[in-house]
Amino acid sequence: MKIGTPKEIFEGENRVAMTPASAKDLQKLGYECVIETGAGAAAGFNDKTYKDAGVEVVKTAAALFKTADVVAKVRPPEDVEIKRLREGQTLISFFYPAQNKELMEAANAKGATVIAMDMVPRISRAQKMDALSSMANIAGYRSVIEAGNNFGRFFTGQVTAAGKVPPAKVLVVGAGVAGLAAIGTATSLGAITYAFDVRPEVAEQVESMGAQFVFLDFDEEQQDGSATGGYAPVSSPEFAAAQLAKFREIAPDIDIVITTALIPGRDAPELWTKDMVDAMKPGSVIIDLAAERGGNCKLTVKDEKIVTDNGVTIIGYTDFPSRMAAQASTLYSTNIRHMMADLTPEKDGTPNHNMEDDVIRGATATHKGEITFPPPPPKVAAIAAAPKKAAPRELTPEEKRAAETAAFKAQTRNQVTLLTVGAVLLLGVGLVAPASFMQHFIVFVLSVFIGFQVIWGVAHSLHTPLMAITNAISSIIILGALTQIGSSSSLVVIIAALAVFMTGINIFGGFLVTRRMLAMFQKS
Amino acid sequence: MEFGFTTAAYVVSAVLIILSLGGLSGQESAKRAVWYGIVGMALAIAATLVGPGSGFWLLSLVLIAGGGAIGYQLATKVQMTQMPELVAAMHSLVGLAAVFVGFIAHLELNRVLGMDAAGKDALEGFAALLAKKEAVEINILRVELFLGIFIGAITFTGSVIAYGKLAGKVDSSATKLPGGHLLNASAAAISLLCLVWYFNTGGFLPLFFMTLAALFIGYHLIMGIGGADMPVVVSMLNSYSGWAAAAIGFSLGNDLLIVVGALVGSSGAILSYIMCKAMNRSFVSVILGGFGGPAGEQMAVEGEQIAIDADGVATALNEADSVIIIPGYGMAVAQAQQAVSELVRKLRAQGKTVRFAIHPVAGRLPGHMNVLLAEAKVPYDIVMEMDEINDDFPTTDVAIVIGSNDIVNPAAQDDPNSPIAGMPVLECWKAKQVFVSKRGQGTGYSGIENPLFFKENTRMFYGDAKKSLDELLPKID
Repeated sequence: MKIGTPKEIFEGENRVAMTPASAKDLQKLGYECVIETGAGAAAGFNDKTYKDAGVEVVKTAAALFKTADVVAKVRPPEDVEIKRLREGQTLISFFYPAQNKELMEAANAKGATVIAMDMVPRISRAQKMDALSSMANIAGYRSVIEAGNNFGRFFTGQVTAAGKVPPAKVLVVGAGVAGLAAIGTATSLGAITYAFDVRPEVAEQVESMGAQFVFLDFDEEQQDGSATGGYAPVSSPEFAAAQLAKFREIAPDIDIVITTALIPGRDAPELWTKDMVDAMKPGSVIIDLAAERGGNCKLTVKDEKIVTDNGVTIIGYTDFPSRMAAQASTLYSTNIRHMMADLTPEKDGTPNHNMEDDVIRGATATHKGEITFPPPPPKVAAIAAAPKKAAPRELTPEEKRAAETAAFKAQTRNQVTLLTVGAVLLLGVGLVAPASFMQHFIVFVLSVFIGFQVIWGVAHSLHTPLMAITNAISSIIILGALTQIGSSSSLVVIIAALAVFMTGINIFGGFLVTRRMLAMFQKS
Repeated sequence: MEFGFTTAAYVVSAVLIILSLGGLSGQESAKRAVWYGIVGMALAIAATLVGPGSGFWLLSLVLIAGGGAIGYQLATKVQMTQMPELVAAMHSLVGLAAVFVGFIAHLELNRVLGMDAAGKDALEGFAALLAKKEAVEINILRVELFLGIFIGAITFTGSVIAYGKLAGKVDSSATKLPGGHLLNASAAAISLLCLVWYFNTGGFLPLFFMTLAALFIGYHLIMGIGGADMPVVVSMLNSYSGWAAAAIGFSLGNDLLIVVGALVGSSGAILSYIMCKAMNRSFVSVILGGFGGPAGEQMAVEGEQIAIDADGVATALNEADSVIIIPGYGMAVAQAQQAVSELVRKLRAQGKTVRFAIHPVAGRLPGHMNVLLAEAKVPYDIVMEMDEINDDFPTTDVAIVIGSNDIVNPAAQDDPNSPIAGMPVLECWKAKQVFVSKRGQGTGYSGIENPLFFKENTRMFYGDAKKSLDELLPKID
């Protein structure tokens, strides 16, 4: 079967859905490729390179629609293109079926199958055909380049012979694919980058890209982004207020703002208000990537660059990917190629439209004369839900007190029992033992007690020195030998002398080793 | 002779020694504490030499100086990795000294008892003290010196064996003579019989037999304990040497001996208790040797051990932000602490967070790893205890296990039939990546298979720890 790509007829659209490279890969799947003459010219691919890649070049769009079984393009089809569709033909493009109901019905009336590249579910397996992400990535990159183009200073801080240049401060609002790409680009240009997102769980991703996450002083538990397929949910009014307050606080310091906040199926939320724009320094730049949906800044004019009275440039272009047509076409055509690969598991050049497949089912808007939009939720959850942290139950004050009292009672009971047993034992010994023994015995018991009290306080890391020092002081037994050595029996003198000698080794050895060890412990 | 001065000096000395133990609660105060101990000891000896021990004071001084010279040699020459052996060896000296002093007390006692009243009056020093005792006191004295000799003898042979095991001169695996615990029990029974015998007759023979039995108990008890339990053994012997000193203190009527002996005894007992708790074992089962029998089949370990070379480890380390190093006895054996320290220095110079996780029973002596790392100039504030650091593993990029095995064995948590089930372990497998530096594929001291080595995020870095690290070091930039 034939896959064909017409020239985009949308004004200013430079991208193309098929490149010579993707055409070669499509041929490996068993397809023949057709392209309208000049379709790739704006993206830097001329007809010759297509011919060299084995692509048939046809003169007109009409001829292309006639010959091709599968039509791949970038922008949603216009009326004239819908008219050219025929039954059994497949159209692959961005389609936005939710916004373009009439278009969808028209295509369905023609009996064509529509695969909307913007409807590819966000599951791991489908990432290779997630054209929204690949385009958003380009938009994020390009937004920084565009900002730099309109910003009169370096991004990176420099100390030069001609003076010191402070680094630019960039704030990225919305850390989706575009936001993260913008963060990465801004950081690698040397700017100090801040980023904000309503989903606190992306803070880690933000930090991994080298930006600082702007945290709000706000405690409300945010809805987990995984519940909405990885897109940001709508935030509560209190949260929105806290967020605006934070932005207002940092606005005067920020040189470049890049807003990317979009909520699926809604107008873009207003995040950068007029007073924040007013607070910014002259020469600052705002890039509003949400311009298509009304903009995150209400001053944004779609598809235009404006300069406010206080000298802030606001850019509302919506065609960032098209401005990098070569790169965008390469990525988009690869997404298309992956989609075709999934549609053609047999690699026999015939699409097998398997409606059981989550990805194909999700992306299909019309099929066999039926409107299949909206699709059922995918069988595989897009992102694993963050495990709910089981908050440790706060004990009520009464329970706490009860537990404490119980512990205290148990402790008291233990101690009293121990003391009683100890006292009884002591008394027992005292009954039979003579006073001179008891005198020593009391000393002994007290010493054991002191020992227990003191040793528990010894730091774990000092256990070896503790052993060495206790070893050294256990040579106190030398006192015994010393008192005995003055005997008149020579046998006693010899044995006592031996004992003195050995303990002498121990005293010096023990203390010196301890000192050596302790001297080694040092702070960093 | 009036001993008022001596008693006063003893009190000061006892206070100093208590302070010196208490001072070990922190690294900085410990440096001061050791001086308290030294002064306390010096004061005690000086006071004894001036007072009750003035008999042959010159000879005593010469002997102490001679012993001191040897002790100085030992203490300055010893490698920090040999610290466990040294401590064990020195315990044996204290044990033997206790036996000697006990025997002397016995000899003197019999000599004094054989004298008439006039002879008694002419006695000096220790003998004079004995001469004044009543019959009941003499009986108690007998029990005391009997106990002193008994504990001292156990300490002596036990420490000698512990030294041999730690120094690798005696096979470190748990070995028992045929008969096992029965032998110990009968030796103890013999000792008890001897006590009764000695109590009634006061003769030399029962004392001698008991000493032999006690020497045997010390030998056999420690032979039956495996190398991995050595931290408990050493601190237990430490405790014994203290109790022996205290018992001798009783028989000599010397309060300082009692005080210090009791301090050392309780210190060792607490240390043993801490060690046992860290291994989740009862003190009794360690002392009686061997592990408790497993309740069932141990979990089979699945997967394979995947090796990695120095380049791979270096790449991971260069990329990591946070690193935790878990040293074990293997590091001590390979003398790798300097190399480890160098690695840490390099990693920290790159601004990475590097910390050490020390398990309470890592090594062969309580706190063994801390001392080795301190020797290698690792600052002690990055050396963490198990409880301080265990929760940090999930946020750690790389955990490096150097020569430890059982203390990082996940079976302790996962496998209720494992011999070490329930023992608290360092949860290093929760780190993103684990490298294990190990000599070969064999099991560790305890002979237990370690599932950590088979985990997906574990890579085995085979080879002698020091050689491996020396190979790794130039690759860290």
